[in-house]
Amino acid sequence: MDQMSPNLQIDYHGNVAVATLTDEKILEDEQIQALEGSFMPLIEQSENIQLIIDFSNVKFLTSSVLGLLIRISKKVYEKNGKLRLCAIEPKIMDVFRITRLDKIFEIFPDQDDALVGLKR
Amino acid sequence: MTNSKTVWHKSWNLPGQRDATEQACQELLEAARRHGYDENEVFGVHLALEEAFMNAVQHGNRGDSNKRILAESLITPEKIDISITDEGSGFNPEGLPDPRHGDNLYKCSGRGVLLIRAYMDVVEYNERGNCVHMIKFRDKEGRIRKALNSE
Repeated sequence: MDQMSPNLQIDYHGNVAVATLTDEKILEDEQIQALEGSFMPLIEQSENIQLIIDFSNVKFLTSSVLGLLIRISKKVYEKNGKLRLCAIEPKIMDVFRITRLDKIFEIFPDQDDALVGLKR
Repeated sequence: MTNSKTVWHKSWNLPGQRDATEQACQELLEAARRHGYDENEVFGVHLALEEAFMNAVQHGNRGDSNKRILAESLITPEKIDISITDEGSGFNPEGLPDPRHGDNLYKCSGRGVLLIRAYMDVVEYNERGNCVHMIKFRDKEGRIRKALNSE
């Protein structure tokens, strides 16, 4: 473990930052703000960031989290980076499909698959 | 709102704050589990409730915690029936842009009503647009699967 904020664990695999969401439920404004406060400086600090967000602990989320993911993706692309999501459980994946966000995010079954093709 | 089959019924008059609505949400979900609704059904009702309460607090009451939110729910063996009313001037749900199309896909908000409609079997608004009435029928998908398999 390299860095830990209350809602996020960040591990580095070479040049790839893997951010694991630690909360099982993400629905409160405070949680969203805390996550945004952790993600944005991380992305700002590095040009060409390669970021994987791991959802393996997440069992419930609301549309506010989807909004946060869009803001994160815009910031990553501003910095010429790459963003991938992984380990999204089936019920949460349905939320991505219903909103069609599965079409705009690169989503992988697990961290190992998400790391393939990124520059380590 | 109650009838002879009602196994649980509760009304809330809540301050327009998320922690208050969260408590009501948890009471309702616990009652649904106690009365045999499965985790898929509870997940759908939970998501719809969170989105509806969020809309009431943020958009309806515009974050004014002095304004109230009225909620009412009943559970029968067949359905979970929920109404949520805020003090706002209301909105036209048919006038919302579809968040799945074009540039809307990249917007940071506007997906709540879509999710409510996806997870609940009946979703209707009053004329003013400040009250949403939602129904989740028990095991609707399971009943449909059984009906298809028996053909």
